[in-house]
Amino acid sequence: MTTGVESPKPLTKKDFETDQEVRWCPGCGDYAILNAVQNTFATLGIPKEKFVIVSGIGCSSRFPYYMNTYGFHTIHGRAPAVATGVKLTNPELSVWIVTGDGDALSIGGNHLIHAMRRNINIKVLMFNNRIYGLTKGQASPTSELGKRTKSSPMGTAEEPFNPLSLALGASARFVARSVDIFAPHLRSVLSAAASHTGSAFIEIFQNCNIFNDGAWDPWTEKQVRDDRVLMLEHGKPLIWGKERNFGLRLKGIDLEIVKFEGEPPADLLVWDARRADPTLAFMMASLGDRPDAPMPLGVFRHHDQPSFEQRVHQQLTEAQAKGVPSLESLIGAGEVWDVK
Amino acid sequence: MSSTETTKEEDQKQHVLESVVIRFTGDSGDGMQLTGTQFTSTSALLGNDIATLPDFPAEIRAPAGSLPGVSGFQLHFSSSDIYTPGDRPDVLVAMNPAALKTNVADLKPNGILIVNTDSFQQRDLDKAGYASNPLEDQSLAGYQLIKVDMTRLTRKSVEGLGLDTKSADRCKNMFALGMLYWLYTRPMDSTIEQIRTKFAKKPEILEANLRSLQAGYTYCEATEVFAESYVVPPATVAPGRYRNISGNTALAIGLVAGAKQAELQLFLGSYPITPASDILHELSYLKAHGVITFQAEDEIAAIGAAIGASYAGAMGMCTTSGPGMALKTEAMGLATMVELPLVIVDIQRGGPSTGLPTKTEQADLLQAMFGRNSEAPIPVIAAATPGDCFHMAYEAVRIATRHMTPVILLSDGYLANGSEPWLLPKVEDLPKFPIRHHTDPVGFRPYNRNPETLARPWAVPGTPGLEHRIGGLEKADGSGNVSYDPLNHEHMVRTRARKVELVANDIPDQEVMGDPSGKVLVVGWGSTYGAIQGAVRHAREDGHSVSHAHIRYLNPFPKNLEDVLKRFDKILVPELNMGHLAFLLKAKYLLPVVPLDKVQGRPFTEGEIRTAIDALL
Repeated sequence: MTTGVESPKPLTKKDFETDQEVRWCPGCGDYAILNAVQNTFATLGIPKEKFVIVSGIGCSSRFPYYMNTYGFHTIHGRAPAVATGVKLTNPELSVWIVTGDGDALSIGGNHLIHAMRRNINIKVLMFNNRIYGLTKGQASPTSELGKRTKSSPMGTAEEPFNPLSLALGASARFVARSVDIFAPHLRSVLSAAASHTGSAFIEIFQNCNIFNDGAWDPWTEKQVRDDRVLMLEHGKPLIWGKERNFGLRLKGIDLEIVKFEGEPPADLLVWDARRADPTLAFMMASLGDRPDAPMPLGVFRHHDQPSFEQRVHQQLTEAQAKGVPSLESLIGAGEVWDVK
Repeated sequence: MSSTETTKEEDQKQHVLESVVIRFTGDSGDGMQLTGTQFTSTSALLGNDIATLPDFPAEIRAPAGSLPGVSGFQLHFSSSDIYTPGDRPDVLVAMNPAALKTNVADLKPNGILIVNTDSFQQRDLDKAGYASNPLEDQSLAGYQLIKVDMTRLTRKSVEGLGLDTKSADRCKNMFALGMLYWLYTRPMDSTIEQIRTKFAKKPEILEANLRSLQAGYTYCEATEVFAESYVVPPATVAPGRYRNISGNTALAIGLVAGAKQAELQLFLGSYPITPASDILHELSYLKAHGVITFQAEDEIAAIGAAIGASYAGAMGMCTTSGPGMALKTEAMGLATMVELPLVIVDIQRGGPSTGLPTKTEQADLLQAMFGRNSEAPIPVIAAATPGDCFHMAYEAVRIATRHMTPVILLSDGYLANGSEPWLLPKVEDLPKFPIRHHTDPVGFRPYNRNPETLARPWAVPGTPGLEHRIGGLEKADGSGNVSYDPLNHEHMVRTRARKVELVANDIPDQEVMGDPSGKVLVVGWGSTYGAIQGAVRHAREDGHSVSHAHIRYLNPFPKNLEDVLKRFDKILVPELNMGHLAFLLKAKYLLPVVPLDKVQGRPFTEGEIRTAIDALL
């Protein structure tokens, strides 16, 4: 057939690969994430040229160089600011930010929370390895209290951020968590983020095998993960364990862990990511900080609301309802007088 | 005050004056800015040439009656060309002792001094630090002291409207304005019209303001408090349509004009900062023109978003003042590295640090030139007058887009808030320069260069086949790939520098007012234009060999600048800083320039420049 409109060739992972040599350390968790992102982008039905990946500074922020889309490797912490300008100017673009725990939560903390607050339609992938990698091993804002690093030889004396609590506190409407090596799960979370209208914040547990190897092993190691990870699935009860014999329910205003045999109890919490109220999402975000509790993964909150750029362009449309005034009228506005 | 006596009415002496300088002063809550702007627009509509200098405290409301709380508005109106708001006022209106104390030293000998006696109670005198009442102790004997109990008279005029005392007293600025309208034979229609619009929803306040205005006027007519009244005829100015415009308003519409003539979306990222915020406000009202304004969470986000907007194909801009410029430094380096158009507007104020937020200074020139890490040259241009802010804003957009570079536009607090009658430019005189983003994938490389300008292609996201990556890491020329190659780095540093130098091919030659050669050339930049122009013109009228060159393009300099400078025996460089332009001229041309520096948060007076000129002759 030579007539008719040629339908665009479906995209594959290969379409998103660049000719640049990938320069992360061998064994770095970033490779797996790159794979997952390339695979997911191919499935979203968005033309390649519509993707923009904006990053800050750090190992993860080299990401745009390895994606054959539009990419902007900006300055430390400022990716949300640059991405906001991109999206406000051209809402048609699919704008993604790749950042790390230092870039997003330390130097860029202010931009991150305001991007979430405004609900600009950008997707933030925050690779959390709980360490500064590119500067060779200093403590980060997610390093656990007492962590010994080059900049904290006696252990850190400061409490870490819980990134999801921070994002929820900044009113992020889409909040999720996944793991670099959980490829199918990561891809599903990325797809869900892409479908969301507004800001999305995704924490990705990422292993820095050079400066903080095994940081997430207590939860993600093959032998333990079934007992230590709780997969949040919308509309399903909160159950985990090799034997699927642990569940969560509300007791007063606390989350209670229930061990059961046979049929799960009827009063287990059924996960509802679409709730407008973020209270349960908050509770779930900090659940992983409890030594007796599993680490929740998945979509914590997915609440669609009009996005910032939609509202901004709505105002432009309203202001231009009666047409665009001329430059002459702007120059000659206000009180004028004529000299003959 | 040169004057010729005429008699218009039988019993009323009326003098014709060429020009008058009035300064309204009072507490920051006394409405002096409003009074000043009303007198200004009335005079502009009458056809006078005008120049204004608002002067207000950094505190929104400093303690009432205190010295730091004094707010002033000086305006110069004339029947001939004027260049400054005037060195010293002919008339000082002082609404309280603090205003008198902080301003009376500037009043010309035998000048008219109008005071509100009701606010000279012991408590008021104490707040201003007066040991004795200056209205009674002969210390004001050198002036024509006009004592008026304005508060009482204002209250009386609004009686029966049911206003509380506070609201009634707020009308006394209108009483003072009415007096000045009588004194200078001005019609009140325009002010009456504006009061009607402003208070349309508050009929009793509207009526109170109208009554107070009329009461001030009638008071002068009835009491003959002034022995005579004056007329300042219209100035002979170029024909055309005019409006009174402040630098910030002119700058805002200049940015819009630039973006429109480039056929680009205007995107402003800005964070509120004095004295630049008005541009954010102005542009926020221009959504009908397609302007997007983004009030960012901080100065860095403001420029970051503007860079993002330019990357996405819009004309990204940001407006700030010195402390904000300091915060934008790293991002300016990024814009230089990724070679995207960007306009950065710095409305300079007194510094360093928070400094004098509401006062003027020109001490960011070297920051604009060099204030970035490593080799990061950026074109720098500066506006000379409030109206010129329009033209230079348009120029900033033109240079940024043609040369794919950030451009810094310098203005300052004096230009920002000062105003002048502005001959409206004709749109057909503003050349269009439509920007077409790169779309052709054949042979596309993000750092290919235009041989004439060295500008790279502007390829924006969303364009099929041009997917590419840019960033702050050093680029290989052409491909734009990350490169750590030593020779490539040197090549790129030199290329970025050369690219900015080539802007010189695209800007007008340096003009000289006066003879093209002679004894003294006064070289200025930015808001000192008026004071220098006035001083040089008057010196020339006195027969001296003096000329004036005002530099609008500071980086790169106009190509003929060296030639211009070398035709004079001596070069005087007045600046509101410690010698920034003098430093640049010395460094570039190895010329013995004479700096004239002033850092008082206030503009030069014509007299100060004239004294320095005379010393060199």
